[in-house]
Amino acid sequence: MRVMAQMAMVMNLDKCIGCHTCSVTCKQAWTNRTGTEYVWFNNVETRPGQGYPRRYEDQEEWRGGWELNKRGRLALKAGGRLRKLATIFSNPKMPSIQDYYEPWTYDYATLTDAPAQEHTPVARPKSLISGKDMKIEWSSNWDDNLGGSAATALNDPVLRKVSDQVRMEFEQTFMFYLPRICEHCLNPSCAASCPSGAIYKRTEDGVVLVDQDRCRGWRMCVSGCPYKKVYFNHRTGKAEKCTFCFPRVEVGLPTVCAETCVGRLRYIGLVLYDADRVLAAASTPDEHDLYEAQRSVLLDPNDPEVVREAERAGIPHDWVRAAQRSPVHALINTYKVALPLHPEYRTMPMVWYIPPLSPVVDVVRDTGEDAEDSGNLFAAIDALRIPVEYLAELFTAGDVAPVERVLKRLAAMRAYMRDINLGRDPDASIPASVGMEEEQVYDMYRLLALAKYDERYVIPPAHAEQAHSLEEIATECALDYEGGPGMSGPFGEGSGALTPIAVENFQMLQDRQTADSLAAPADKTARVNLLNWDGKGSPRGLFPPRPDDAGSPEHPDGADQR
Amino acid sequence: MDVFLWVIVPYLCLATFVVGHFWRYRYDKFGWTTRSSQLYEDRLLRLGSPLFHFGMLGVVGGHVLGLLVPQSWTDALGVSHETYHVVAVIGGLVAGLMAVVGMAILIYRRRTVGPVFSATTVMDKVMYAFLAVVIVLGMWNTIAGSILTVGGEYNYREGVSVWYRSFLAFQPDASLMADAPIGFQLHALVAFGLFALWPFTRLVHVFSAPVGYLTRPYIVYRSRDPKLGSRRQRRGWERVG
Repeated sequence: MRVMAQMAMVMNLDKCIGCHTCSVTCKQAWTNRTGTEYVWFNNVETRPGQGYPRRYEDQEEWRGGWELNKRGRLALKAGGRLRKLATIFSNPKMPSIQDYYEPWTYDYATLTDAPAQEHTPVARPKSLISGKDMKIEWSSNWDDNLGGSAATALNDPVLRKVSDQVRMEFEQTFMFYLPRICEHCLNPSCAASCPSGAIYKRTEDGVVLVDQDRCRGWRMCVSGCPYKKVYFNHRTGKAEKCTFCFPRVEVGLPTVCAETCVGRLRYIGLVLYDADRVLAAASTPDEHDLYEAQRSVLLDPNDPEVVREAERAGIPHDWVRAAQRSPVHALINTYKVALPLHPEYRTMPMVWYIPPLSPVVDVVRDTGEDAEDSGNLFAAIDALRIPVEYLAELFTAGDVAPVERVLKRLAAMRAYMRDINLGRDPDASIPASVGMEEEQVYDMYRLLALAKYDERYVIPPAHAEQAHSLEEIATECALDYEGGPGMSGPFGEGSGALTPIAVENFQMLQDRQTADSLAAPADKTARVNLLNWDGKGSPRGLFPPRPDDAGSPEHPDGADQR
Repeated sequence: MDVFLWVIVPYLCLATFVVGHFWRYRYDKFGWTTRSSQLYEDRLLRLGSPLFHFGMLGVVGGHVLGLLVPQSWTDALGVSHETYHVVAVIGGLVAGLMAVVGMAILIYRRRTVGPVFSATTVMDKVMYAFLAVVIVLGMWNTIAGSILTVGGEYNYREGVSVWYRSFLAFQPDASLMADAPIGFQLHALVAFGLFALWPFTRLVHVFSAPVGYLTRPYIVYRSRDPKLGSRRQRRGWERVG
């Protein structure tokens, strides 16, 4: 047994309202730079739909992930090492910018510069790739809320796997949102595809990262990842991907997407797994067994033997304790309601999903029946083949049984808790019918419905005694690194020393969160949002305070004086 | 003049080449990339890039054979001059044609495809000019020099190659080069110019050819310990433990 710790996430799809806040905040934090205009480390897809990039789940076309070769051994679907090197000059499976979408901006200046004229001036869309006028035809969430799906949803590779008959009635039956980030797989095929060895899995917390100094832009990771969550920065010529917000996680804060999630549907925590069993689990012959195999790789952190092995492997004690409290572990292995996304890619993804019950509930309610009655819900889960099969294609390689089990547990929780909320006697037979104890159902309800910040995010910070080995330490002056900000080398903006974006963002956020006022916190680093400044006067915080000014009433309104 | 052209200039270029790479690697690991433009355009690249690169691999192999292997060695192996000549010319023609055609496609692509052209730096353009001239001169030497024998027959293995080895051994014999045909002289000079430019262009990616991929394990695990943050340690502060 070789115990390793993995930072993992669970998303409860029933709660996702498709607001894209996670995508937007993630983009603001990480990919609002030139070269990454089209890049969304976090994106939210409406399912059924084609996803982003379009049809990425069709691995017969894109050849991402792993497969079992003729001898039953695990092999990269796109071909092994020699094949990778032979096609290195032109990656045959690389998605083009059109498969994502051509990013654009608008010619806003026209709106203010245009002379007086009969017609209202318009801001035309300009391509951020070529700079020319362009026609907007697609984007990362073009089919949001099934918009235009009548024309495009049939291209959904998952939908195609569900039978023909199903397709026609499909749209009336259900729709749900699928937020996606990098899966930080236990068996990452992007890392395996990288010729330079620049993509690595961090031993401490299992985060998969691209070493920007080692990446040489061979692009094999882009095609190797079946989730298409490694992106090519076309300005720097390097691969970039979701970092699980490691500068935040290292200090115990949740990722930006989780922090800002309006529905509070994300859970972050540690899982302990046995690294020696990963390969065997990923090589499971029957795709339908992959979900169970993946679950079995995760270890029970309450098992004394696991704890002993973990400590022998150098995992700090508070990390083991955090793994025991981990909501992620509870949802995956205690309540068994979280499922991995596309286990058939054999990468052992570590972002898990609680499938949505809402499609079932909606159908029952629309028929006028009681949608919180366990009997009705169970019957509906059995009867509604379409959504269940679709979910099974997403989460269990097409095996319907586990999805049904999960949905029934969620339905049981719903029915059982209704009795309690209405002050009726709880019905013990409901939890029993899905193989759970009453207490367990209540605990699951607490975790899914009520859990506060510190229960949803159980993130042990990296150790203080290791603080100086954190990759981007966020406790000192943000500008205190070599070269300072805005330095660019003779080879263009992409050259020279790497600027740690996270440092400044983190510090700004931390100041704001811990301040008592909305702006210009007196006891924090003085900052002013230049975007909101009209250029008149000098707002407080624009310049650092002079020592002799301290305490003098420089602001007559006194609103933010304390 | 001969000494300047065939001793001083080559050594200056070689020094720039070596020191330049060292400096670029130390200073600009982040900028060390292929700067692929495949994301913008795929169809022409799929044709041109493999043609060019595989052609260039052949060309480089041919140069290693022609420049670094002395004639006495092939003689000792019993390879006659004619056999060598035929093999070299045919190999050189095939590889050279691949490279030329590939390069033509790539340059056409770079100029006509908008996004690719706008992502082209000044350094790229200079580099392309040097590269194209070197390749065309090389092809000229092969076709005109070895096949059509314009201006008489010339056995570069008794002239240019010997000079090149003497150059690498730091005992350069400039007279060998001074006697070579003008085509070879120009080819060598422009090539040295290209070598001097090399470390400052995207050509550096040649030196990160990922041969290590063949032997390393698929999944790389790294601890965050060995790397001491994205900023360097302060001078005079040593890490304890």
